[in-house]
Amino acid sequence: MNTTASVDTDVILSAQNITKSFGGVHALRGASITMRRGEVTALIGDNGAGKSTLVRCLSGIHRPDSGTITLDGKVVEFGTPLAAREHGIETVQQNLALVEELTVWQNFFIGREKTKGFGPFQMLDRKAMRSTAESLLSDLAVNVPPVTSRVRRLSGGQRQAVAIARAAGWGSSIVIMDEPTAALGVQETARVESIIRKLQDQGVAVLLISHNFDQVLRLSDHVWVMRGGLAVAERRSSETSGDELVALITGAKAA
Amino acid sequence: MNLPLQTTNIAVPEKGIRPLLREAKSLSFWAENAAPIGLIALVIVFAILSPTFLSIGNIRAMLVAAAILVILAVAQSFVITTGGIDLSISATMTLGAVGFGIAWQAGFGFWISAIIAILSAGVIGLINGLLIAKGKVTDFIATLGTLSVATGLALIVTSGKPVSITSPDLLRLTTGSVWIVGYPFIIALLVGVVGWFVMFRTRFGLHVQAVGGSEEAAVANGVNASRVRMAVYLIAALLAGLASLLLVARIGAAEPAINTSYLLNSIAAVVLGGVSLTGGRAKIVGPILGALLLTALTNGLTLLGVSQFYQPLAVGLVVVLAALLTRFQKK
Repeated sequence: MNTTASVDTDVILSAQNITKSFGGVHALRGASITMRRGEVTALIGDNGAGKSTLVRCLSGIHRPDSGTITLDGKVVEFGTPLAAREHGIETVQQNLALVEELTVWQNFFIGREKTKGFGPFQMLDRKAMRSTAESLLSDLAVNVPPVTSRVRRLSGGQRQAVAIARAAGWGSSIVIMDEPTAALGVQETARVESIIRKLQDQGVAVLLISHNFDQVLRLSDHVWVMRGGLAVAERRSSETSGDELVALITGAKAA
Repeated sequence: MNLPLQTTNIAVPEKGIRPLLREAKSLSFWAENAAPIGLIALVIVFAILSPTFLSIGNIRAMLVAAAILVILAVAQSFVITTGGIDLSISATMTLGAVGFGIAWQAGFGFWISAIIAILSAGVIGLINGLLIAKGKVTDFIATLGTLSVATGLALIVTSGKPVSITSPDLLRLTTGSVWIVGYPFIIALLVGVVGWFVMFRTRFGLHVQAVGGSEEAAVANGVNASRVRMAVYLIAALLAGLASLLLVARIGAAEPAINTSYLLNSIAAVVLGGVSLTGGRAKIVGPILGALLLTALTNGLTLLGVSQFYQPLAVGLVVVLAALLTRFQKK
């Protein structure tokens, strides 16, 4: 449990003894997890176990009360989602953070537009943004909507694909996904899962929060189980089963 | 686990006249294009009913008369795209006009008075922006308040009396023209072109649309929503200040009048232009055409000798009809 990043170069991210309280509620009581390079790491646990809080600490939405986050061997601190992004950690939020009225390519680039021109006379480089969005999206997904269509007209799976491709598209080393298939049907879930695999093939480390044990076992290489604000157990996905994970989550089985 | 992946096709719009005809059968086509269709229809009807309607002199007069409303419509369009509304826009214009008058009376020249006019209007925009973006006051209430404040200030500093102004520069502004297009309309068109460019070709414009579409998503992507809101109210007020120069030039005096019809018509023009009041869908050309339509409507009715009393009624009917039509816009 105490492997530090400097010792294990396989570890891309390690969060150690993270605590976070909201008023009197101790959401995290010293949780520690690690993620390995190029792997899909799953984070599971019952509601209120602290998964979301931990993820929010990693993506810069919350600042932990104590504990350290080590990224690529260096201790980092993020005060804002933007700072986390600059360190290469992208988060696909559950609500996807897409603006429905805007087109796919516009959504890709909100907040970090490509411009041409100089000084105050900057104009959007629409062509470059369209083609970049198109190639990023078609690298990942098969069922690709035209990048000029409005997000409003896309299906749930297509939206998920856009949000994931956007997160992956910034040379990010870690992509965090909060319940990416929770609202999707069987086929769309399969498509999103294939996107996650492709992401992994591209060398991106994925942190996957999911309630679906089958999915966790199918997709992930490593599983962390949270309970009561702590990461209580870790397993290689190939060496565990759904029953064991359930037992770990409920506490029926000690780590 | 790889399922056979079919591609769902999203219809790519074809070009040419045939799909246009096909589209004309759907209600959404009329809803999307209410302003140009309405404008053409009005022009045809008035041209038939009144021989002077399409005379060079009348077109010229209409364009000059439309200039102020065009500028205000562009201004209002920026605010409404963020999902807000600026009820203070015409009062801000009045305050700008009064600012011009006071500065002029104090002996400043045209240009300095013009700058004072724009700046004094800008103050109202700054207050609107601070109230709405930082103070989180509902846009409707905040601008209703500043409407009253600006009107009051204009009355106080002038003691309620108009300041008449005889300036050769102002005279040139109203009477000068390139062919049949008067300077006021040229200024309005410039505002339209710059407004279009800012809205659709700059980072700021994209942020305005993003904040209007979903503030939450925009913020999550690093857009500073409160700065965008501050900016749109400031832009609206500065444009109202610019419009106040045209107003002073038109009347030949800085009047502390309330100008309510400009407020209602600026919102009406934006609605006619197909912009949804909930925000997110930006349009600039539509509101400009909407402003032209409203001006043509008033002008045409006057030419036909319809009593002034019927004009608000006609404007109201047109706007309500347009608002009904926007319900059928494509999502």
